[in-house]
Amino acid sequence: MKFPILSLTTYIPLVGALYLLFMKEHEGMVRRLSLAVSLAAFALSVLMLGHFDPKTSGFQFVETLEWAPSLGVTYKMGVDGVSVLFIVLTTVLTVLSVLVSWTQVKKYVREFHVALLVMESAMLGVFSALDLVLFYVFWEVMLIPMFLMIGIWGGPNRIYAAVKFFLYTLAGSVLMLIGIIVLYVHGGKTFDVAALLQVKFAAPVQFWVFLAFFAAFAVKVPMWPVHTWLPDAHTEAPTAGSVILAGVLIKMGAYGFLRFSLPMFPDATATFAPYILALSLVAIIYGALVTLVQTDLKKLIAYSSVSHMGFVTLGIFALNRQGIEGGIMQMVNHGIITGALFLLVGIIYERTHSREISAYGGIARSVPRYAAFFVLFVLASLGLPGLNGFVGEFLVILGAFQRDRVVGVLAMTGIILAAVYLLWMTQRVLFQEMTHPENEKLADIDTREFITLLPLAVLSVFLGVYPNPALSVMHASVDQLMAKMEAHRAAVISWSQAWPF
Amino acid sequence: MTRSVVLFRDLLIPLLPLAAFLVNGLFGRWTREKAHWVSVPAVVLSFLLSLLVLKDVLSGVNTYASLYRWITVGAFDVSVGVMIDPLAAVMLIVVTSVSSLVHVYSIGYMHGDRGYARFFAYLSLFTFSMLMLVLSNNLLELFVFWEAVGLCSYLLIGHWYERRSAADAATKAFVVNRVGDFGFGLGLLLIFVTLGTLDYQAVFLGAKAASNQTVDLLAPFGGKLEVGLVTLIALLLFTGAMGKSAQLPLHVWLPDAMEGPTPVSALIHAATMVTAGVYMVARMHPVFEISPAAMATVAVVGGGTALFAATIGLVQNDIKRVVAYSTVSQLGTMFLACGIGAYGIAIFHLMTHAFFKGLLFLGAGSVIHALSGEQDIRKMGGLRNKIPATYLTFLIGSLSLAGVPLFAGFFSKDEILTRAFFAGDLGRVLWGVALLGALMTAFYAFRLVYLVFHGETRLLPDAAHRVHESPPVMTVPLWILAVLAVFSGWVGIPLIAGGDKIGHFLEPVFAGVAHAVHADIRLEGALIAVSVIVALLGIAIADMLYRTRPATPDKVAATWPRLYSLFLNKWWFDEIFDWAIVRPTRRISESFLWKVADVRIIDAFVNGVGSVTQQAAASWRRIQTGFTQDYAMTLVLGLLLVAAVWLAAW
Repeated sequence: MKFPILSLTTYIPLVGALYLLFMKEHEGMVRRLSLAVSLAAFALSVLMLGHFDPKTSGFQFVETLEWAPSLGVTYKMGVDGVSVLFIVLTTVLTVLSVLVSWTQVKKYVREFHVALLVMESAMLGVFSALDLVLFYVFWEVMLIPMFLMIGIWGGPNRIYAAVKFFLYTLAGSVLMLIGIIVLYVHGGKTFDVAALLQVKFAAPVQFWVFLAFFAAFAVKVPMWPVHTWLPDAHTEAPTAGSVILAGVLIKMGAYGFLRFSLPMFPDATATFAPYILALSLVAIIYGALVTLVQTDLKKLIAYSSVSHMGFVTLGIFALNRQGIEGGIMQMVNHGIITGALFLLVGIIYERTHSREISAYGGIARSVPRYAAFFVLFVLASLGLPGLNGFVGEFLVILGAFQRDRVVGVLAMTGIILAAVYLLWMTQRVLFQEMTHPENEKLADIDTREFITLLPLAVLSVFLGVYPNPALSVMHASVDQLMAKMEAHRAAVISWSQAWPF
Repeated sequence: MTRSVVLFRDLLIPLLPLAAFLVNGLFGRWTREKAHWVSVPAVVLSFLLSLLVLKDVLSGVNTYASLYRWITVGAFDVSVGVMIDPLAAVMLIVVTSVSSLVHVYSIGYMHGDRGYARFFAYLSLFTFSMLMLVLSNNLLELFVFWEAVGLCSYLLIGHWYERRSAADAATKAFVVNRVGDFGFGLGLLLIFVTLGTLDYQAVFLGAKAASNQTVDLLAPFGGKLEVGLVTLIALLLFTGAMGKSAQLPLHVWLPDAMEGPTPVSALIHAATMVTAGVYMVARMHPVFEISPAAMATVAVVGGGTALFAATIGLVQNDIKRVVAYSTVSQLGTMFLACGIGAYGIAIFHLMTHAFFKGLLFLGAGSVIHALSGEQDIRKMGGLRNKIPATYLTFLIGSLSLAGVPLFAGFFSKDEILTRAFFAGDLGRVLWGVALLGALMTAFYAFRLVYLVFHGETRLLPDAAHRVHESPPVMTVPLWILAVLAVFSGWVGIPLIAGGDKIGHFLEPVFAGVAHAVHADIRLEGALIAVSVIVALLGIAIADMLYRTRPATPDKVAATWPRLYSLFLNKWWFDEIFDWAIVRPTRRISESFLWKVADVRIIDAFVNGVGSVTQQAAASWRRIQTGFTQDYAMTLVLGLLLVAAVWLAAW
């Protein structure tokens, strides 16, 4: 058997978490160990990216072990050009989450890092699982640490937010579980994703299982109108939780669409795509308008995520190459940019203990380096060409425009609104007169915080100026996805075909 | 020199300012008050290299190169590259020369400013972006740097960000430009989707081939409204130009942009960035040429803006705002030229305007500097003898702006008017409009001169005492621009010194465009005479109102109070936008979408599901009493029920 790099990357954090759980190290050691573990996972993921062959369309670094053969369950891991990018994104953001929590998390330090590392393992598992049962296990495991993170280390209203997050997500994933079982029954008694991808499911199966999966994925994205857990979860979560939530967790839904919905249910995808496009447009515009009037910084960024993730689903369900690659790019970019924005809010919250925009104003004068990062990521977020946000958004809109010109035009309005809410927020936080004299003595970012922000800034500029390396990783896999949908000649399913009785 | 060496030299022109930006941007804490030692040499070197490029282009050597593939997804394949042709060469010279002078001037003007290094960093970043904008070889690259110059404009307008008005103006500039870019972006999408490319040359060919295609705008809604595909493309692109070049009704950001430091106003908001729209239309002229409707729109918007902005310029009291409205008006004149197919002359006017308007802004800055920040012309007067260098150069700039013969502005503006006169019926109407605009221009230019420099001083005594001429680092750029504001027009004179040099130089770019109809030398002479008379008349009226009879202006204002108020309040554009767009959007978002749709409907439903479940569970819990007899009772009742149903069915 080849070197199991995927499993190694996935379980290193888990091993680290177990060690922390049983060896009662002191706080400083816990932080240092967590950093070391997350750095090791990061190094492995980079190694993997280095060895990834972008010309191959199939799964790479595949590992297979028998698990429960009588049930058709195997332990199967592997990545393609889509998931490999998210694995790297996950390991990067986890390192930064450890760094940003260095001084922000003061209670239950050990437990916090255990939760963070368990979550990293689960997230890496979701992106590399090639067996539906394995996938579902990782998918559900992921919920628990995040639930705890919000519920224990969160803000004042954390219990409500944690329960809301948990129930919303659980409601979705229960339906997915039913869908998985239906697939097993109709797909030749196997949970192997690669095998299921070869099956052409009958119209009613496609129709209903698509909807079951859609429930789980739509909640995760989150799409309008099941988005209302996100603002609460983000607002209450600790900084590291917000970073992981925005950077990785909400990407799972869109990843699920790409991995399962599109290639397995092409007819159902064609059937529902127009409605999903409409929901995406609502998310983009509605999300942006609601963002406009937020007064809480974290809530503002959370709502802006609803709008930005609308671009992701819009691109994916435009069902053409520019749209899909743009959607993936937008996911990566949103992870980088919004992750950074939450880091920034966390950094300033630690100093002032306020998330209200009105508690700031004019702080660019006292924290110039902070302001520079802030402006950079705001510009990236509003899609300034030359920074990474533009590449994804432009490709998505191009894809949408090719599919339907009206959709493209409407999506474009989101770009205007993004400039409005982001710049207006920036103005009220960084610029204008300093309304609170105590902000005069605000400390600028220190070296640790600088190191936390720098990688994302470099990525943001690099992927804006030269996005082709990232795009070329996904070409072959998206090619295959397109071919699969093309081969099935996606046909719209009528209601009478879908009715199973 | 080999090709790669030439390319390297050409690339240095934008890259030097970029390097200066990186140094001052990243290490501003160390460069501090020495920041100009990084930025100024970089841009001056760029200027010198641009001269070499001009020499090459004059001898017929053009450059076209792709540097690297930027975004490649399927059929969508866009590179970053450079293209140097006569049009780009002219723009290179204009941008690097004005930028160099503004850089030098800023050493004096920004001396002692808290954000000195930041200022120079952004100035360099702007110069880089603007140079790349004119060097781009495809539309998406143009769009990238188009937004990049907008970003620099945003950052520099907000340089003194602690002032609420400056922060507001910066945000407004960016957002209004985004509205324009909404159109530009849609234009790009439509071009790619229909023509399959974004490369200039390929787009030109494709547009020609697609000249008969139409698009049904109302098809998605079941209606029918056919427009030419190329017309639609051209109009969408023009929307972007309207935003960047501040044309009606997207002009509202430019006057507010005067919140930025004055060197910024001179470089970005007069000489270079705001002319990018004109450059874009000229660059894309093969597309515009195909559509008479688009051309007419460009001409009408340009002519209309020229007159409209001039009316506002008549009555403003802030020295920079008067010059700003004048810029809006002059940009309108350039678009008018584009709209009648006189691209070469539009670019010629762009050049002379860059020099004389850059001069006027820097002069205004020198006045403000002398008065320690005062910008209200009602509080000036009599500065002529106190700041003579500023006065003389400002006077030269004003003469050029007013279109007095032998000054640069005269040649370019007069040529536009003449060409308009011969451009059909619409052209003749626009000629009249532009002539009226020219009259107002001459008037407000000299209103400014008289109010600021002539008459009795209206300064407070202690302010008057502190008035001082600016240092040479500021006045030398003024003098250089003054020289250019006179002589730069001479390269376009048709009759002397080897003929219309700039016209011939640009000819390869605008080949295939219909040339001026020089119908009758006597008629042309008469037209020139008319514009000269108009310019002098405007100056004479200003002289009468503000020098000989200073009480008259108030009487005039009192005679037409409505009109005066309309002009003074800029035709209420800001208020109308605020009332019709800004407020309703905010109100709907806040009190409906967020607080009703999200909170009262969606969340209420979610919480409702939760509490219904809880309540249901709470009431059903009572069934679990724990008493055996209760369970036995239920069991029996259940059995009876089943039996009853079974019996009934049987």
